[in-house]
Amino acid sequence: MNLDNHPIDNNPTVLSAQNLVMKFGGITATNNVSLDLKKGARHALIGPNGAGKTTLINQLTGVLTPTSGRIALLGQDITDLAPHLRVRRGLVRTFQINQLFDSMTPLQTLALVVSQHLGLGSKWWQPLGQHAEVAARCEALLSQFHLTDVANTPTRVMAYGKRRLLEIAIALACEPKVLLLDEPVAGVPAGERDELLNTVGALPEDVSVLLIEHDMDLVFSFATRMTVLVNGTLLTEGSPEEIANDPQVKAVYLGHGENAHG
Amino acid sequence: MMAMAPDSLRTSVQSTLQSSLLQPSKPKIWELLIWIAAFVLPWLLPQKALMINEIAIVALFAMSLDLVLGYTGIVSLGHAAFFGFGAYSAALFAKWVLPDPLLGLALAMVLCAVLGAIASVTIWRGTDLTRLMVTLGTALILLELANKFDGLTGGTDGLQGVLMGPVLGHFDFDLMGQVAAWYSISVALVLFLFMRRLVNSPFGATLKAIRDNRLRAMAIGISVNSRLTLVYTVAAAVAGAAGALLSQTTGFASLDVLAFDRSADVMLMLVIGGVGWLYGGILGAIVFKLLQDSLSAITPQYWMFWIGLILVLLTLVGRERLFKPWTWFGARS
Repeated sequence: MNLDNHPIDNNPTVLSAQNLVMKFGGITATNNVSLDLKKGARHALIGPNGAGKTTLINQLTGVLTPTSGRIALLGQDITDLAPHLRVRRGLVRTFQINQLFDSMTPLQTLALVVSQHLGLGSKWWQPLGQHAEVAARCEALLSQFHLTDVANTPTRVMAYGKRRLLEIAIALACEPKVLLLDEPVAGVPAGERDELLNTVGALPEDVSVLLIEHDMDLVFSFATRMTVLVNGTLLTEGSPEEIANDPQVKAVYLGHGENAHG
Repeated sequence: MMAMAPDSLRTSVQSTLQSSLLQPSKPKIWELLIWIAAFVLPWLLPQKALMINEIAIVALFAMSLDLVLGYTGIVSLGHAAFFGFGAYSAALFAKWVLPDPLLGLALAMVLCAVLGAIASVTIWRGTDLTRLMVTLGTALILLELANKFDGLTGGTDGLQGVLMGPVLGHFDFDLMGQVAAWYSISVALVLFLFMRRLVNSPFGATLKAIRDNRLRAMAIGISVNSRLTLVYTVAAAVAGAAGALLSQTTGFASLDVLAFDRSADVMLMLVIGGVGWLYGGILGAIVFKLLQDSLSAITPQYWMFWIGLILVLLTLVGRERLFKPWTWFGARS
């Protein structure tokens, strides 16, 4: 058991962004940002609104192609790889605004995602769910995300908190090696928050997580490493204690942050 | 004993989940009844066999559009392109090569599949409105080509003198249209069963995912463009089969198989019958054709007015409510 618990520095890097630059016309949204994600990392990316967090995520997932710089996943260059192929290699994201399949039930949704992940996505001659493996994984995911009781409820009529859980369950159904969580608790009412926080806290240990979040309570309880982005530039990187005590961060971020989410 | 309990519980939950997943793909009794009725009707009402044949053909055509519109969420106002291409392919094959219906049908489907695969590039990108225009444009191009190459297609006079051989070498097309109706219903059934399997499969689920949320479909590893090409190819082949059935059973192909009206009518049928359940195409085709038939007997010039009125009602009131009169005067829930 302890052999798996290497100190962070001995862990292999699973996702590496090097000198990413993203220019939209005259605006530089990402200015020479580098980021390394270790195996099993709990890494938070913070920064005030407009800092370029979303632009960075979009480059990592392939929605945007960086003006310059390289991205590597598990040691392989993926800078020019199409978004859906990055997913198949284990780089999966969730969305700040729920992106669900509203006409389906959570069960159908997860069965689809699991089937797609198992390589059954182009099978047209057998029914969805025929494979025993699919039902087994759906069962595990539904109970892990407290969705068993709404398994057969159409997604469009589900409570927001449940929808948020499904949002993350979909990503986990892809069995990611690297998971990008984009503001997982955004907009979740207080009553449904704990369930979500517990689920985020209980994510599989071998999955490397990059968390983008405004909620400082969640960030400091979850992350073991933090990166601060300001105006598209990497301000600093360090442990939560280092970040919390960094006078620069206090000046540009935490001071405003209190107002921003208050 | 205690250790066993969670395991057996687990498998029972799993099998419950699996059976609710498999539920939509199970054949239902009412489906069986519908298809038995379809096959019995030409025998019960021989004088209506020609109309039954026509309904079977447009129902198949509407189901092919449902694959694209209902299941994948791609709006097309030019689906007649494939219907017409199939109609002319089958008619020309019968006239110049071989009069065998099934060979002609197979050839028309293959040619339409190729055309669909090529045309699918035009629906990869854009919004509903641009797709509407692009698909409409594709159909208009084919219509104009058929008009220009009148040496081949007969132009505005239509392609005449198409003589069909017997189906499977045994069943000659009769004047009443009974064999035609059974031929069309059989082909429609085979293709329906194929489409039914397809939409309930993991592949079908990926289509619905693209319809519901294209962004997320991509984010779970679905290659959206290749899916669009595949479904458009299949839908084109099925629409081509419907077109081929029409020219084969009527022994005639004219420009109206490619006309805008045909694309619009088939979309109306789907709107009437409901998208995304295949039977919507059948229901819509029956309602549309019966309305057309009865209304045009009463008012030959203005029957479209009544179809229009029904559509407006359907859209304003909602299909669910319109077909459940007992809910009209109750309190809204």
